[in-house]
Amino acid sequence: MAVYPMPPLPSDDKRWKIVSGAMRKNGFARHALIETLHTVQSSFGYLDDESIRYVARSLRVPLSQAYGVATFYHYFSLKPPGKHTLTICSGTACFIKGSDALAATAKKHLGIKAGETTKDGLIGLVMARCVGACSRAPVAISDGEVAGEMTSEKLIEQLERWTVE
Amino acid sequence: MNIEELEQIAESVRQENAKYDHEVNVCMDLACFSQGAGELKDALSKAVETAGSKVLVRRTSCMGPCSAGPLVMVDAQQVLYQHVKAANAEAIVASLGAVPVAELQCDLREHFDQQMRVVLENAGQIDPEKIDDYIARDGYKALVKALTEMTPSDVILLLTESELRGRGGGGYPTGLKWGTVAKAGGDLKYVVCNGDEGDPGAFMDRSVMEGDPHRVIEGMAIAAYAVGASKGYIYVRAEYPLAVARLTTGLREARRRGLLGNNICNTPFCFDVEIRLGAGAFVCGEETALIASIEGRRGSPKPRPPYPAVSGLWGKPTLINNVETFANIAPILRKGGEWFSSMGAGRSKGTKVFALTGKITNTGLVEVPMGITLRQIIEGIGGGVPGGHAFKAVQTGGPSGGCIPNEHLDLQVTYESLIQAGSIMGSGGMIVMDDSSCMVNVARYFIEFCMTESCGKCIPCRAGTAQMHTLLTRICSGGGAMHDLERLEDLCATVKETSLCGLGQTAPNPVLSTLRYFRNEYIEHIANKRCPAGVCAMDAAALESAAEVMA
Repeated sequence: MAVYPMPPLPSDDKRWKIVSGAMRKNGFARHALIETLHTVQSSFGYLDDESIRYVARSLRVPLSQAYGVATFYHYFSLKPPGKHTLTICSGTACFIKGSDALAATAKKHLGIKAGETTKDGLIGLVMARCVGACSRAPVAISDGEVAGEMTSEKLIEQLERWTVE
Repeated sequence: MNIEELEQIAESVRQENAKYDHEVNVCMDLACFSQGAGELKDALSKAVETAGSKVLVRRTSCMGPCSAGPLVMVDAQQVLYQHVKAANAEAIVASLGAVPVAELQCDLREHFDQQMRVVLENAGQIDPEKIDDYIARDGYKALVKALTEMTPSDVILLLTESELRGRGGGGYPTGLKWGTVAKAGGDLKYVVCNGDEGDPGAFMDRSVMEGDPHRVIEGMAIAAYAVGASKGYIYVRAEYPLAVARLTTGLREARRRGLLGNNICNTPFCFDVEIRLGAGAFVCGEETALIASIEGRRGSPKPRPPYPAVSGLWGKPTLINNVETFANIAPILRKGGEWFSSMGAGRSKGTKVFALTGKITNTGLVEVPMGITLRQIIEGIGGGVPGGHAFKAVQTGGPSGGCIPNEHLDLQVTYESLIQAGSIMGSGGMIVMDDSSCMVNVARYFIEFCMTESCGKCIPCRAGTAQMHTLLTRICSGGGAMHDLERLEDLCATVKETSLCGLGQTAPNPVLSTLRYFRNEYIEHIANKRCPAGVCAMDAAALESAAEVMA
């Protein structure tokens, strides 16, 4: 079997070592592609072209397959996240309890669509499929903090708090 | 590890717990945590430091009635407190051994009395990160018993006797599935646990994985012994970071105790489990798509046969079961197949966990015996619809299920009866809707979900769901015509019959069931351009864009 040289780390950024370590842990096996992309996303916040290229070459996976996987799964983001992230759950229980109105409020207030980040890069708006906190619907997550029984007023309050900072 | 050693561990936990005069269990599940259970536990821990008696403050998983959270249980189910704030900590600790704090006491007798807890038997009783807590409640006894006293075929026979059926929604007999994998040739086989709870509005599997991870691990190990597998995978959604953390801890603890790894219980049986993260694709709940995802590829399903039982992960025989199915295994081995099949009705045995949410008073997790009526769940356990609104429908089975109206509420919950009513058992989401929900809009919501989640491999699902969404959007915005209903029905039939996998085959269910029970709402939207629930905007702007898509 031919031995392929490992591609060099894209830069001195220490986070690449974490990514490389995750691949080594799985023996650079091709089936570790999704695991590795998870590591990239948790280290860098998103997947950019450079990281997908690096992972694909390291795991000897065709670039098309790596890009296909990165775009197939909703969890992976190809755009850098905002400084703050507002996630609104759009699961069935939240939908029944009015997550639509919450989303409309947030979009109007921020002037962006779901999946976008404000021009100043401050706040990103994400719609989640279901975060499993259905009993507290409707649910919004501000930077990882889950808040149940959300209202439009509380949502705007949170958004304004971020803007003031 | 043998039975005596397990007993020793259990005994030492009991002795340790006996040192305390009182036990205070705090629910730290996502719902209670988001209401301040974290500060509450800190406050309780601080309050007991100065208390006269010795008190154990324990972090537990979901106790069930999330709408009453944060919940605190004192002295093993004697007193349950609801809506507890950190400020109440002193009062609770002071009342231990005396009269309970009346204003916090929670009277949910009706809520609990009609439930039967098998899968959730440890919920609210153990610390999910302590394997010894699980062992003290008969944990891993079933595994040791299977390995030391039973042959693999004995295990499968017992499971067949129990008449357990797959809890992922399909209801395939578990004993039969295990038997098929056991009979398949080859020395390398896999056991896979499907924890990709993609059904929006359901969180039973999250709660089991977070609250009682060892129950799942034990079930998988027994399955591996029965079918002859040596390697297991738990496929968990990345959206459930706590479940991943708890399972990781659980696996490490089980290895440390010699309950996973090589030569478990000094027998030739070797088994270990790895965690694989999902990445937000609903279709990965379908078993062939799940396998593709574990192999690091896009989650596209494959035609069956060959079934994964014959050729699954990396072409090897693979057993795939849902989290709740595995959670049922240990109790069945401990208490026998007859005990299990004595619960339930018809061909649906045992219990089912439901995530009761939506417009209902007591939201949360409930576990009920099969055969209970929907009315008992919604009006009895759930406490009915709040705010003076009228009940309209209950949705089961998520995007693959249907909406069941008031006149069918006396329906018994079994796999067969729910299918007859146009829905499915599903994984256990149960969402109650009242008169403020528009059923056409609900159907559109589910079709939109299936449209975006369709993997795009087969045309009926990819294009059919998009066309259905366009038609439903048109109706919701007041631009529908009567013949659109026929078109919808026609499309539903095509998508249902010709799609490759379960996602497409069941995607029309929400539309079909609402057309069947709430046709008048559709007609009202079309004929009178009016939404009876007042939800749909009926604006022409949305209509124009819908027309563009159609063209």
